[in-house]
Amino acid sequence: MSDPSVFFENLINALAAGLTIGCIYGLMCSGLGLIFGVMRVVNFAQGELLMLGMFITFYMVTSWGVLSFLGPAAPLVGALIAGPVMFVGGMMIHRFLLTRVSGLRTTGSADEGHFGQLIITLGISLILQNGGLMLFGSTPRSVQTTLSSSAWTFDTGIGEALLFMNKARVIACLVAIVVAILLYFLLERSWLGRSLRASADNATAATYTGVDVSRAHRIAFGLGSAVTAIAGGLIATSISFTPFSGIDYVIIMYSGVVLGGMGSILGAFWGGLTIGFVQQLSALVLPPQLQNAAIFVVFLLIITLRPEGLFGRSAERA
Amino acid sequence: MSGLHPRSLLPVLRPGAGRRLRRDALLFALMICVYLAAGSLVKNSYYQLMLTLVPIWAAMGLSWNLFSGYSGLISFGHAAFIGVGAYTVALSAAYLCVTPWLSIPAGAVLGGVAAVLIGLPTFRLRGHYFALAMLAYPLLMLYVLQYLGFQEVALPMQREHPAAWLQFADRRMDMLVAAGLLVVAMGISMVVENSAFGLSLMALRQNELAAEAAGLNPRRLKMKALALSGALAAAAGGLYACVLLVVTPDAVFGMLTSAQALVIAMFGGVGTYWGPLIGAIVLIPLAETLQAEVGDIIPGIQGVVYGSAIILIMMVAPDGLFWTVRDRLQRRRPMAPAPAADIAPMRTQVTAFRTEAAGPLLVVEGLSRAFGGLRAVDDVSFSVTPGQVLGIIGPNGAGKTTLFNLINGVLPADAGTVTLGGKSLGGLSLHQIARSGVGRTFQVVRSFPRLPLLDNVIVGAYGAGLEGAVAAESACLALERTGLHHLAATLAGGLTNKQQRLMELARALAGRPRVLLLDETLAGLGHEECDDVLLVLERLRDEGLTIVIIEHTMHAMLRIADEFLVVDHGKMLARGSPHSVLEDRRVVEAYLGSKWAAKCSK
Repeated sequence: MSDPSVFFENLINALAAGLTIGCIYGLMCSGLGLIFGVMRVVNFAQGELLMLGMFITFYMVTSWGVLSFLGPAAPLVGALIAGPVMFVGGMMIHRFLLTRVSGLRTTGSADEGHFGQLIITLGISLILQNGGLMLFGSTPRSVQTTLSSSAWTFDTGIGEALLFMNKARVIACLVAIVVAILLYFLLERSWLGRSLRASADNATAATYTGVDVSRAHRIAFGLGSAVTAIAGGLIATSISFTPFSGIDYVIIMYSGVVLGGMGSILGAFWGGLTIGFVQQLSALVLPPQLQNAAIFVVFLLIITLRPEGLFGRSAERA
Repeated sequence: MSGLHPRSLLPVLRPGAGRRLRRDALLFALMICVYLAAGSLVKNSYYQLMLTLVPIWAAMGLSWNLFSGYSGLISFGHAAFIGVGAYTVALSAAYLCVTPWLSIPAGAVLGGVAAVLIGLPTFRLRGHYFALAMLAYPLLMLYVLQYLGFQEVALPMQREHPAAWLQFADRRMDMLVAAGLLVVAMGISMVVENSAFGLSLMALRQNELAAEAAGLNPRRLKMKALALSGALAAAAGGLYACVLLVVTPDAVFGMLTSAQALVIAMFGGVGTYWGPLIGAIVLIPLAETLQAEVGDIIPGIQGVVYGSAIILIMMVAPDGLFWTVRDRLQRRRPMAPAPAADIAPMRTQVTAFRTEAAGPLLVVEGLSRAFGGLRAVDDVSFSVTPGQVLGIIGPNGAGKTTLFNLINGVLPADAGTVTLGGKSLGGLSLHQIARSGVGRTFQVVRSFPRLPLLDNVIVGAYGAGLEGAVAAESACLALERTGLHHLAATLAGGLTNKQQRLMELARALAGRPRVLLLDETLAGLGHEECDDVLLVLERLRDEGLTIVIIEHTMHAMLRIADEFLVVDHGKMLARGSPHSVLEDRRVVEAYLGSKWAAKCSK
């Protein structure tokens, strides 16, 4: 096989991996984008919510094995169970911790409560990371099924280049797309979505028209947590993770959300997808340890050169 | 810093800071003595290590406070600087055989350089974006160091020359060195907090736009603060490496390190040098003891303690322990009796405002600005002669405030020019325009509630580039002119609404503006309060100050304005003496409407 053909094979496989991983990134970004879009809260603990999604799936499928009778479908069901669990968890975090520093209470204050929100979510993040270490231990975990180690092989017809699609990833990617579409319709078409968007546009005005803004915020935080946790469960089948894995993903998520224009949920999905491509394509030229560094560099570039995002208008008001 | 003679620092300090500094320095010296005395009694090497870590972390907290505490920009990435210092010391000891006595200062310089390199792109960002970007830097460095293969760098043992390598057999010496670091950190913090520089930083935190409109250069201030903070954090990181003896990327660049510096400062109190000190004294022994006692059984206890500590402190005392306790003590103290007259008569004949050359002072020509399809300001031209008071009237949304924003450079104009005393202001930034002599007040007043009135006003003088005694004199004169001089020592948080308006006016006057733009100075004041403020404005007019004022209260405008400019839908509708404008049928009918006509006939 000649060199260009090897490069071509690497390239299409990186693109395919970027697409599958990117859709899952897109889903986790949508969760974060939803929380930021509705509440204007920068949630540092989002990575830990993702990590909890991974571990819920891990315990359901591998450790306790309650779902093992489902065979290869078990991780998907596990991820979907992580959703409602983290929906409740997210609502509780909002109810007991975030109401104090967000919502109507802080609109009009000197910095709209940013200081308090950043600090509280940093605290939540530290507790979940280290609490996770206490409960789950520091051993890297993974969720393996028979599908994780098998792939569909396609002949590209160009040279001898073959395209490998990992079965577990492809299925996880499809589930991620379905969940993202459901989320989109929920927000665009339902009464709940309208009240969420009304609270996002102008919390004070929404209150006057009878929207319970703090309930809307609670639901948004719950939904955002659930969506990100589902994405965590979906990605758990193709990587290994520890309680400290959240921090890597928090940068990925913020890169995606900023890229998509903070506040736009659809933009967040595209942003996450783009980051997936960046990460997988950087693997062609960079050593594996520097893949995350590449994302950070891209993140810093986006945030400095185009803070309003590639797909959206600026959400930050001067 | 401590080597400088106190007198040479005087010009840097704010008026009245000397006494506060002497008192605090004495208290701090006492604390250091107690620390060293107590430390010399400890025999257990583990507790010696813990006691050594307290001043080191206090210094890291102080460095965080030096930037984030005063400027209000939250840094989640101070581990970047701590790590630079730690790795500089570790690598130069392991590979270059350089003593920490040299590599710690070198690390501090590198930390300052890193801060400037990080600041250059990052200061373009605001709020959320700044905090997020800062999070990324230390993690980026962490990955790079892991890639380069420096997962674990041990400082080589140098038992023959303990003093040269900071590897004392008696760990009590470590405490002495750490205390020395803390003295340096505290000295820098004390001088900064009581200096013009520190006050200017706090002004940014309060309201960056207003601070810049007063002439402060936000980018330069932030850059100076971050460089100083980065250097200090790196020095602390360097000593930290000497104490740990083994440096790993996670230990110095990790998120917990950034968080710990932040938590220590937040817990103790933000924006005061006592804060990080209190935070380190309480939290470091707590977390270290827990880690030692139960860390094996319950890993991660340290992180949980810090996480809980910040959540708890945000819920119970969001400003930190120091401020909460202090505010409570002050509330318990009987309130000082309210001054009899809330505006004092002027004591002496003050010097008049500078005389300007004859001819128009401020000339605005063809100024336009559109937002999308909306022409907010459309071809506005006028000029103001020295000593004139021009009143701008028009309904809400007529473009009056936008006009001010175009004149003093908050917004760039699409077309048109502004000249002040013959010099064009085009292309100058907001703070440069302020320094050329355009003063401005804003509709929303923000004060430093915990600082005396004089400090609140003198920041206007610092903005204009005045220093030391000149700035103090200018601020005192401004207080005199606004009738607030008897309240100079009162904390701004205790002022009435009217006094706060006058304070805002005094702040603008302290910068010795050539022309003053007043944006609804009377908004929200009662009838009598309005009268008092108007008296002050009339006095300023009589002393020859050139003023452009936006105001809705017509009777007030009639009292002070020499001429009216009527604006509607961004366009100039009329201009002339108040009575000719008000009698202009066009204006009365088309703009002021029947309501005003009815009032006139009363």
